[in-house]
Order: sequence, then C-alpha cells, then structure tokens
Amino acid sequence: MKPILEVKNMTMDFGGLRAIDNLDLFIDKGEIVALIGPNGAGKTTFFNCITGIYTPTSGDVFIDPDGDGKKERINNLKPNLVTRRGLARTFQNIRLFSSMTVLENVMIGCHAVTKAGILGAIFRGPSTKAEENLIVEKSYNILEKIGLAKYVNELAVNLPYGAQRRLEIARAMATEPFLLLLDEPAAGMNPQETLELDALIMKLRDNEGISILLIEHDMKLVMSLSERIYVVDYGKKIGEGTPEDIRSNPVVIKAYLGEEIEEDA
Amino acid sequence: MDFHITYMADDSHNRRDESRFKNIYLLRLSYKTGSRTGLNMDLEYFSQLFFGGLTRGSIYALIALGYTMVYGIIELINFAHGEIYMIGAFTALIVSSVLTLFGMPVLAVVVLAGMAAVVYSCSYGYTMEKIAYKPLRNAPRLSALISAIGMSLFLQNYVLLAQTSDFLPFPSLIPDFEFWEPYAHILTSPELVILITTVVVMILLTFLIKFTKIGKAMRATSQDKMMASLLGINVDRVISVTFVVGSATAAIGGILIASHIGQINFYMGFIAGIKAFVAAVLGGIGSIPGAVLGSLVLGWTESFFTGYISSDYEDVFAFLFLVLILIFRPSGILGRSQAQKV
Amino acid sequence: MTVKNELIKSILASIWFMFLTFPIMVIKVNTVTDTVEWRWYNMAVVGIGSFFISMLWRYLIRKKEEGSKKEKKDTVGPVQRILQDKKYFLPGIGAALLFTIFFPHIFSMYQTNIMISALIYVMLGLGLNIVIGLAGLLDLGYVAFFAVGAYSYALLNLHYGVTFWIALPLGGLIAAFFGIILGYPVLRLRGDYLAIVTLGFGEIIRLVLENWNEFSFGPSGIANIPKPGFFGFELSLQATTTFTFYIIVLLVLFTIFVINRLQNSRIGRAWSALKDDEVACQAMGIDKAKTKLRAFALGATWAGMGGVVFAAKTTFINPASFTIWESVIILCTVVLGGMGSIAGVMCGALLLILLPEYLRDFGEFRMITFGTVLVLMMVFRPGGIIENVRNTYKFEKSSQS
Repeated sequence: MKPILEVKNMTMDFGGLRAIDNLDLFIDKGEIVALIGPNGAGKTTFFNCITGIYTPTSGDVFIDPDGDGKKERINNLKPNLVTRRGLARTFQNIRLFSSMTVLENVMIGCHAVTKAGILGAIFRGPSTKAEENLIVEKSYNILEKIGLAKYVNELAVNLPYGAQRRLEIARAMATEPFLLLLDEPAAGMNPQETLELDALIMKLRDNEGISILLIEHDMKLVMSLSERIYVVDYGKKIGEGTPEDIRSNPVVIKAYLGEEIEEDA
Repeated sequence: MDFHITYMADDSHNRRDESRFKNIYLLRLSYKTGSRTGLNMDLEYFSQLFFGGLTRGSIYALIALGYTMVYGIIELINFAHGEIYMIGAFTALIVSSVLTLFGMPVLAVVVLAGMAAVVYSCSYGYTMEKIAYKPLRNAPRLSALISAIGMSLFLQNYVLLAQTSDFLPFPSLIPDFEFWEPYAHILTSPELVILITTVVVMILLTFLIKFTKIGKAMRATSQDKMMASLLGINVDRVISVTFVVGSATAAIGGILIASHIGQINFYMGFIAGIKAFVAAVLGGIGSIPGAVLGSLVLGWTESFFTGYISSDYEDVFAFLFLVLILIFRPSGILGRSQAQKV
Repeated sequence: MTVKNELIKSILASIWFMFLTFPIMVIKVNTVTDTVEWRWYNMAVVGIGSFFISMLWRYLIRKKEEGSKKEKKDTVGPVQRILQDKKYFLPGIGAALLFTIFFPHIFSMYQTNIMISALIYVMLGLGLNIVIGLAGLLDLGYVAFFAVGAYSYALLNLHYGVTFWIALPLGGLIAAFFGIILGYPVLRLRGDYLAIVTLGFGEIIRLVLENWNEFSFGPSGIANIPKPGFFGFELSLQATTTFTFYIIVLLVLFTIFVINRLQNSRIGRAWSALKDDEVACQAMGIDKAKTKLRAFALGATWAGMGGVVFAAKTTFINPASFTIWESVIILCTVVLGGMGSIAGVMCGALLLILLPEYLRDFGEFRMITFGTVLVLMMVFRPGGIIENVRNTYKFEKSSQS
C-alpha cells in the first residue's frame, strides 16, 4: 500500500524566518496521524502549505487518493483545487460563514462536488433541481451524523463553541475528502465535548474510511486517537512514531518541558 | 413641452460636471511656454514642469498625510478627508473676507484666517470621527466606508447649500517676493512658499510622531489597538488626535492651494482627495514617508504627462495610475505587505 | 440627576455645533458688493436642532448597545413576517401588479416618465445588489456599466442603425464584458481597495467619454436616440411612454426573477460565503476568481440593460449623466433598502427617487439627505429597512428544539 499523502523535504521561509525546515511526512490510507509540537512550531503553516494557502519555498507534496501509486504533485495548486482533489481542512480560529445558517454552511461544502452554473440557477431545469435537492439532503445527513441536526436553520454564529468546531468538521466532510486535516479540533472544548469529539473522529475513520491528520494540544486526545505521531519544533521534525515511542522520546520531552532534563538527552 | 427632464440628467448633476470645471478641480499650472526652440528653452520648460510637479506633489502630500495616518490607525479610507480640506479653504476665505472688510492689515488677516481654517478643519475632523466612525468601530469595514462616503456627500452639500455652488474668487495671500524675482520664471513665489510650508509641516509631523508621548501612543495603536488599550493608552483619544492632526495638515494644504489657484468651490475636495489617496496608496498606505514620496511621484508624473503629452486626459491618467499600482503592487512603494493570518 | 446630565450634554453639543457651523452657516460674503450677510437665524436653528438631535442620538446609541447585548434577538421584523405570510403576500403582490399595469392610464405622462426613471433605478439597485448585497464587493464605479449600456445603444444606433430590441441584450453583454475586464485585475484586492479602484474605473470611463470627441461626441453628447419601437408601428409620444413603462416593468420583473433564483442557488450561496470569509470559502473548493467575476459580470449586465432603456427613454445622453454620484445614489438605494434583500432594494430605490420628486421643495436637499441617510443607516440599522433573511429548510424527520 502506497501512502495517500506524501510530503518530501518541505521548507517554508517567510522573509528570513524559516517556519518549516525540510519536513517529511506521510499518511497511509485509513490512518489517524497527529502533528504535535509547541506553539509556533510551524504546524498550522504546514497545513497552509499542504492546502495551497501558502506555496512552500521548496519540497514536494504528493497525493494518491487510491493508494495505487499514481501520485499527483499538488504544490502549486490553489486552495480550491486542493479541496477538489479531496483534501479538506478545518481552521484553528473557527472560520464559519457567520451570516449563513448551519445547513447552508454545510451546503457550501457541497460546492466542490456539484456543478450548477448561472444559467442552471436561473432556469432551474430538472437536473439543477435534482442537484439542489441532493445537496440539501446530503448536508442534512452529514449534520445528523455529526450530531448537529437540531441546529439546522440556526445562524452559524449563534451556535455554542463546541458545536461550531463540529460544524467546521461537518462542512469539511461535505467536500467528500479522502483526507481530513483538523487544526486543533478540541481547542476550547470542555472534557465532555472532547470525549464526544474523540468518538466522532473515530467514527469518521471507521465508517467513512476517511484518513485524518490532526494538529492538537490536548495530549490525552492525541494519545487515544492517533496511530502515529509527528513532533515538530522550530519547523523541524524532532520525533516520529507510535504514541508509546513519542511518550518516551527524550528529544520530544525536552522540547515540551524545557532544558532541565538536558543531561538525560 | 419637454418631457425628457429626468433625474439622471437634471441640473443638479450637470452643475457638478460642466466642462468649465475641468482642470480647475485642483491645480492649473500656467506654463510660460513661449517659443520652444533652443535647448535652453527646453531645459527651462523641463524645470518648470519639474517644479510644477514638485508643488503639486507637496499639496498632495499635505492631504495624503491625513489619509495615511487615519488608515494606519483604524484601517479606514476616510472618504470625507477631501471635504475637510475644502472646509479649510472655505473657512479661510470667509474669515479673511470679513476681516478685510473690517479693515484689518493684510498680515493680520492672513495669520488669523489661516488659524481659523486650521481650528475649524480640526473641529470638523474631530466631530466627523465622533459621529460617523466611532459608532462603527466594531462594524464590518464596508459599513465604515459607506458611512465615510455619506459623510463626504453630506459635507459637500452642506457647503453648497449654506454658501454657494459657484466658484468663489480666493485672494492671493502670498505676495510675489522681490528677492525671488530672478528665479520666478521657473518657480513662482507662491510655489516657493508652498514648498517651504510643506517641508516645515513634514518636519513638525515627524517630530510629533517620533518624539512625543502621543506620537508613541499613535504608533502603538496602529500596531495593535487591543494591546495598546491594555497598556493604558486611551485609544479613542489617540484616534481623535489622529483625525485632528490629519485635518490640520489638510487645512494648510487647502489654504495654500486655494490662494495659489485663486478660486474655490464646494467640489474642490473630491478630486483633490481622490488624488491624494492615490498618492498615499502609491507610497504605501499607513506609511508617512511613503505618503510624501507617493505624492511627489504622482505630482511629477502628472506634471510631465500634461506638459509633454496631453492635458485632456490628466485625471484619467491619475486614475489609471491608481488602478495599475493597486494591481501590481498593492502595498505601495514603502508599504509593508501583510500576509493574512489563517 | 441623569436628566440634568442629559441636558448638560445636549447643551454642550448645541454650543459645539453652533461654533462648528458658525462661519459656513452664518456668514455669507458677497464678493461683488463687498458686503457681509449675517444669518443669525441659521445659528438659532442649528443650536435648537442639535440640542434635540443630540438627545435623540444618544438615546438611539444606547438602545442599539442594549440591543446588541441581548444574546439572540428576533431578527424577523414585521415587514418580513408579512412578506413571508402567504395570506398577505399574494394579494399584496396582486394589488401591486394591478396598480402597475394601470399606472400609465391613471396618471399623466409626466408621472409615468418619473416612474420609468424610478424603475430604472430599481433595476440598477437590484443589479448592484448582486455585486454588493450578495457577493459583498463594494463597487463604486457601477455607473460606468450604465454608461456603457447607454452609449452602446446610442452609438450602435447612430452608426449601424441597431434598434432598441437588439441593443438591449447587446448592451447587457457589452457591459458584462466590461465587468469582466474590470473584475479580472481587481480580484486580488481587499474590500476598500476594490471600492477605490472601481471608483477610479468609473471616472476613467466618464472622462474618456467626455474627452474623446471623435468617438463619443464629448460633453455635448448624443441626441435623437430613437425610443423603443413596437413592431415597426409609429406610436404617439403618449403611447411610446406607456410602452417604455411596460418594458421597464417587465425588465424589473425579469430582474427580480433572476436574482431570486440566483440567491437560492449554488452560485448565490458561493457569493454569500465569499462575503463572509474568503479563505474558508476557498478551502471549501470555491473558485474565488470565477465567483467574483460572475458577480461583476452579472451586475454589469443589468446596469448595461438599464443604460439602454435610459438612452431610449431620454433620447439624449451625455457624460454628465454618469458621474460618480450616480453610483453613490444607487449604492444609497441598496444600503437604505437592505443589502441582499430584493424587496428592500426596491423599496429603497422607489423611496429615494420618488420622494424628492414629489416633495418639490425638497429637491435641493436631496444629496445632503442621501449623505445623511448613508451615515445614519450604517450607524443605526446596517441591515437596511427590510433586512435580508436566510432561506430556511424544513425536514420531516428534523428534531428541532
């Protein structure tokens, strides 16, 4: 089996600042992988580079949705085209469409996989109508799955914080991704909500077959969910492996806890 | 009977646009062309254009400073800024006429009218901010911009209704200096005064921003409003001061230009404002040296364009310039480009 | 205690505004006779007026702040409720339609002509609403497309004898083409830069029309543009006016139909999302450039068609009809009515165009009122008279709480 996402030697410079330094990463089909590291380590920048918001200074990003070895390089694609190829993401600082309802937010996610144009919208022929019904139905189903069905017609801004985070996931799901990139999905959630999120992410992987790469600071969630973990600091990969490996990796511990255990390293 | 009188062509619109308004919006440079035969004449013509452009650029700079300072602090294009400049010119005219009729000596009239113009422009700038922008501090930027457009429309028509829609002759406050006579064919005395005033204003402003407490507060506020207020800076006050300082420089520009051109009307602020805005963007909006540099570049290009190519399309050229800058270098010559935080 | 405070604040405001307006409102110098006219009366008006207005102002600001503190407010106002209620909605529409159909027969030709102008503005407002209200792109050069439409018809007719009916779609298409030409380079610009560039574009078009005499006949404009023809019949002036009225009514209805369809479509939702958050929008697979261009082109199409009707109606056009202030008036109708709301924009346009027309004395205060309206609406009711409400969906199995 070939990896579905493969990042090779990625480097990202902002002026003189090197935010990502020669990073390698891969994800296999059906994996849940976590990317952890101290604040400012370059994790979100990494997401932005993969999803086309930034263009990496050097290195390659390949995707291979079917895992059959037919790789596609997606470095220079615009964000919307990356999404269309099946990479969906959520945002650390929630970016919902605040003037729209919950359902409409998810319906926007269907944009990538539907195609009615201006003329279709004006004349609303049978195919447009069918597509429109499909969008509504699909969006509602996703909301039910994510447990937000009771909010359908509420404005997205009026939702409780935890629900907004889940709505971001719902919206990303609607783009029919093979890989979901979650940027701190549990940030600001209470323990109960985090538990539910844990179950939800598991469910997405097990039932929908979606692979997941997540950035997270909640170590309990990371350890319980992920099969493999990458640790970055100052843009460099400093550790990689199973949760057990990471827990006992002295370099990682040093990066997280500081200098006092230097002599152990 | 004529039934074709409609809204879109009625006289209140024509009033603004008849071609007699053309090129009097801001500056009419009187080129003493003569017979341009020899190299000397060409050189003289060139230097006239050069200094004409410099004067023009200085005026733009005085207005552009207000734009750039306000934008630097609250990220608002203060559409009504040109109107402040117009109000400065009107106040100067009214006050100086009244004082002259009272029989005051010329020097006293000039000083008092200038002071009145600055005081009133500042007051208008201050009040405008309190009414049209402060309540919108947390609203979407589009709202504040629309409010600014409304303010501009209001102030123009306020002056139109309270005063007149006609052009008013403006006395030449600046005399022709005798000592400058030998150089006057290249740079006239009023132009000289404009240049000197601009330089003095720039120096004062730089001093204010670099070395005073309020200047430091302004810089802090423009970096991060929230943080500045947490550190005990009264952000509202800083914003008010910014409007007041910007208005003062605009008023000085208004008086200088009005006395240079010799006439004013309620509409003079609009094109001047837009061009100053072009200059501010060209230099990099939010940057004070940028505003000055952008103004000079715009002044020169306009001057040479009209002098060597065509004066018909002068304003088209300015707008085209703006469009091109925004497309190819939206951050301007000295501006810092900001990456959006995701 | 608070009453006393209020009074003091109002008195201070009153004094401040008397000071502020003193030179411009009170003194008027007659430069010909060298006399000064002191209009103290104005000062009294300003003083008393600002006393009460400042009270009202502070009251409204307080109310607004209290309103925003409430967690969930009822966003559905009485007007929407009527609009949504089928019981009132259908008879209301019927009555409005009947009134419109008989309008040219009930009222004089003069009134009909005014109504035509107002309806042209309704169309322009609805067109601009696509760009501003739906897609959130502040376009201050909208009138340029109106000019393009009007000049397309005038020039095509002059040189090639193109008739109104062919010019109507053609004018729309040419304007759409201009919309794309303008839209393409400005795609990357942020909201307020976009506003200024579009403003510049509008002025460029007007200045070119004014200066390029060989092409557009300069400031003197183009006269004798034919009115819309009716299958080759010669119509009386009265009949032509009535006919033009029906044409514009049909065009407005067509516009409403199209915008309504667009609003609740995949494209409309993409616009709405783009307005809320460009980054997230792209992350949802929406092509930012294409979506913006569509809005520009569609908005321009309506302006272009409006321009053709305008040229045909007035039979004379010159650049003076296409100043930046026309753009501002159209913007004003959209803002006053309610960005994004079809009914709102129509109300806004009719109010703003018809009111000054019927209040004759009011005429000279028109522009100052527009300015005031823009500021007040932004401060107190950014959503407009009739706020846009989002489409809701019903689900049988929905477990709505």
